[in-house]
Amino acid sequence: MADNHGSAGASARTVVMDLVVAVLVFTLGAIVGYDSYRLGASWGSDGPQAGYFPFYIGLLICICSAVIFVQSYVRLGTDRRVFVTAGQFRQVLVILLPSAVYVFGVWLIGIYVSAALFITLFMRFAGHYSWLRSVVLGLVVSITAFVLFEIWFKIPLPKGPVERLLGF
Amino acid sequence: MEEINALFHGFSVALTPFNLGLMVVGIVLGVIIGVLPGLGGANGVAILLPLTFSMPPTSAIIMLSCIYWGALFGGAITSILFNIPGEPWSVATTFDGYPMAQDGRAGEALTGAFTSSFVGALVAVLMFTFIAPLVASFALQFGPPEFFSVYLLTFCSFVGTGKGNPFKIVAAMMLGFAMAAVGIDIVTGQLRLTFGFTELLSGFHFLVAVIGLFGIGEILLSMEEGLSFTGHTAKINPKVVLETWAKLPRYWATSIRSCIIGCWMGIIPGGATPASFMSYGVARKMSRTGDKFGTGQLEGVVAPETAAHAAGTSALLPMITLGIPGSPTAAVLLGGLLIWGLQPGPLLFVEQKDFVWGLIASMYLGNIAGLIIVLTTVPLFAAILRVPFPIIAPVIVVICAIGAFTVKNNILDVWMMVVFGVVGYVFRKLDYPLAPMVLALVLGDAAESAFRQSMLISQGDLTVFFSNWLVGSMTGLALVALFWPLISAGLARMRAAATAAPRST
Repeated sequence: MADNHGSAGASARTVVMDLVVAVLVFTLGAIVGYDSYRLGASWGSDGPQAGYFPFYIGLLICICSAVIFVQSYVRLGTDRRVFVTAGQFRQVLVILLPSAVYVFGVWLIGIYVSAALFITLFMRFAGHYSWLRSVVLGLVVSITAFVLFEIWFKIPLPKGPVERLLGF
Repeated sequence: MEEINALFHGFSVALTPFNLGLMVVGIVLGVIIGVLPGLGGANGVAILLPLTFSMPPTSAIIMLSCIYWGALFGGAITSILFNIPGEPWSVATTFDGYPMAQDGRAGEALTGAFTSSFVGALVAVLMFTFIAPLVASFALQFGPPEFFSVYLLTFCSFVGTGKGNPFKIVAAMMLGFAMAAVGIDIVTGQLRLTFGFTELLSGFHFLVAVIGLFGIGEILLSMEEGLSFTGHTAKINPKVVLETWAKLPRYWATSIRSCIIGCWMGIIPGGATPASFMSYGVARKMSRTGDKFGTGQLEGVVAPETAAHAAGTSALLPMITLGIPGSPTAAVLLGGLLIWGLQPGPLLFVEQKDFVWGLIASMYLGNIAGLIIVLTTVPLFAAILRVPFPIIAPVIVVICAIGAFTVKNNILDVWMMVVFGVVGYVFRKLDYPLAPMVLALVLGDAAESAFRQSMLISQGDLTVFFSNWLVGSMTGLALVALFWPLISAGLARMRAAATAAPRST
């Protein structure tokens, strides 16, 4: 993360990310502060109002992120540390995007079928394993989870049409 | 003496076949969690927490704390054999542990690491046994201002002991507090920061945040590095164990120093990670062979492991006695207590004797069981690490998703987990610390209500936090910790000026 090959290939610099995150954090702080102010951030008839404590939390977030912004801005020209290279970012997306699709699948068709699909497809296409091994492992994990949660611990997880077809 | 009696009562609580079985299951699960990337003490316990809802609280805490000990042990395995710290607190163990493994002395390094972990934990549990009841009875006299000053001290200590940018520490912490404030205000019943979304009524659950920040975030980080595990094989046989044990007494001074550092850093919320680094640094300075550190010195394994385990164990002391956890994992355990219907804090020692002493007894037993289990089964756990990452990554994502869902049976939490994962990834890379953020999320409501009650007592006068010597000294300490980066910079400048002055004249 701290390597200094700044100009080699497409990459995002740490200091730029610092600026972006500082702005985002400042925005969050401002939202917290604004909403607390709306609720009343002072002293009511019966004591501190609902926004009394969070207002100062929001204020502190804004102050800190402003300082971080200035600190990073000063280093903007000199600090060449790389936050993430294009290749690394692609690797991150390789797991992040399928995970997001998987979560969507949990909502759509239940957790067990999507888990089996996710593991199988990820192993096949990201790990280049044979179809057989991928399918077997996906099924094993999914069925183990099913036995563990639905039968053993009696904790219901999201289920879809396939489980209903099997009578659960 | 009263403690001894209570402790034996605790042993009688913990020593049932069911609890002993849970202990072994906990340790094994813990080591697996400690070995796998993306699963760590905090989010491992968070994922398994829902499984314990149906158990009696004493059995549940025994299993979960054993997972924690197991994770502490497990971190050493990956550090020594693979040069990959499975847990942040075992980073310092790689410095000398991996060179030893390259040297073909993996068995010696592992035995040294496990044994010194055990020693560190044992010392911390002994301290716990005798100090915790004192702290608890002392804390019974606390009112809201005292409690708020302890919270303040906890959070300011992060700034004082943290190595990073203090503004990032405070920003991360305050984000945690802000997330804790989301939802229905417990005092007035007003909706805060929900902006009309009914999903936000109950706020952010910290377990979801922990699973996302630590679990998914870690997976994203590991993917980026494109990990290919190449490790050394471990052979531990009784001969190696005995030979290493014969060598260990030589490092008694290092052990004692590391225990003290670990216990201290665990009680104040420094946590195991800085304790292990600090202990390694001190050992290198004080040791006669200090200049050889980093080339495979057993002493360089002993120091960080002792301290990490001592800190990890003593982090439970403020959690049990004051309701203020010293580490993210302790925070998750605290959340467990609340879910089981126990109110952590000084009253626990009065009202829930079985629970408290059962837990303390299980700390002794769990660490003994842990030492035996890890010494005998290392090759098995090392084999887990050889499972390629394209298999491990989706499986861990699936486990994390199940864990996030079971917290509240809410699919939205699984989405939140992914979002927290991205936040955790970015924050880790930009050095925003996650531990204070999680602790603030856990303690936010308690800290706020202590603050508001204090303000009610004093009618809005902040000097209530200096109204007597107890609360005043804690608030004072907190302020020193908060401004420690400034103070230490000032001291360094004065010292530099003092050394420069005589030369110039």
